[in-house]
Amino acid sequence: MRITCPLCGPRDRREFYYYGSEDYLTRPEGEDWDAIDAHLHLRDNPAGRTRDLWYHEMGCASWVLITRDTVSHQISDVVLVGDAAAGISAKMKSKAKAPAKGGAQ
Amino acid sequence: MGPVTSVAPFAGQDGALAAALAPLAFPAPNSISSDGAARLVWTARGQAFLIGAAPGDWGQFAALTDQSDGWACLTLSGSGAAEVLSRLVPLDLRAMAVGSGARSSLGHMAMILIRGADGFEIMVFRSMARTAWHELEAAMKMRAARQVC
Repeated sequence: MRITCPLCGPRDRREFYYYGSEDYLTRPEGEDWDAIDAHLHLRDNPAGRTRDLWYHEMGCASWVLITRDTVSHQISDVVLVGDAAAGISAKMKSKAKAPAKGGAQ
Repeated sequence: MGPVTSVAPFAGQDGALAAALAPLAFPAPNSISSDGAARLVWTARGQAFLIGAAPGDWGQFAALTDQSDGWACLTLSGSGAAEVLSRLVPLDLRAMAVGSGARSSLGHMAMILIRGADGFEIMVFRSMARTAWHELEAAMKMRAARQVC
């Protein structure tokens, strides 16, 4: 398995460390404990497109966001988390604005 | 190898640092900028190692951190160097251009690899120098054994 690091180019999977779902990038703000519980523990397990965080541990030490398909194993996109940060902070804001489930009443 | 200094540009200071570094240039990924004995080797996002010379007066543009005591450098040269190293490094070493560099792994050790004209410079954490030596020795023996057969 090869992963194309946006900085280093195509590299062996052994250079990378798998961290987990991209959900780790969108931590809920405030003290909505249900949302925090979901953020920490609830994960989808899709047959198909998934996005997750990997760390180029043995290379340039960058965090990368990988879009891949769990059925075909095809990797369709790899971006630096640093570059994706603008989109992620926008997503966090929209998450913060969304009405909280349950706890708010 | 000489002194080793980490050069990490402060946010927004890339241009000012580039002017101060001249005739060296902050290297692109997998590349090295040289000026005589001084080499600036790309090591990570926003970081390069200055090897072989003391840093200039760049402190206002970049974080400069002395790494000299932290790294050991081994040199592997000769006709079989790429074949030996291929047993330990997950890169296509035959395709690696002379004068380029890479962050990768030597076995399970983090490594900075530099491709020279007649071989490779292998930088590992100093604490792992003995292990790196052992791994390379074993790989060289295995390669030699295959040649005898």
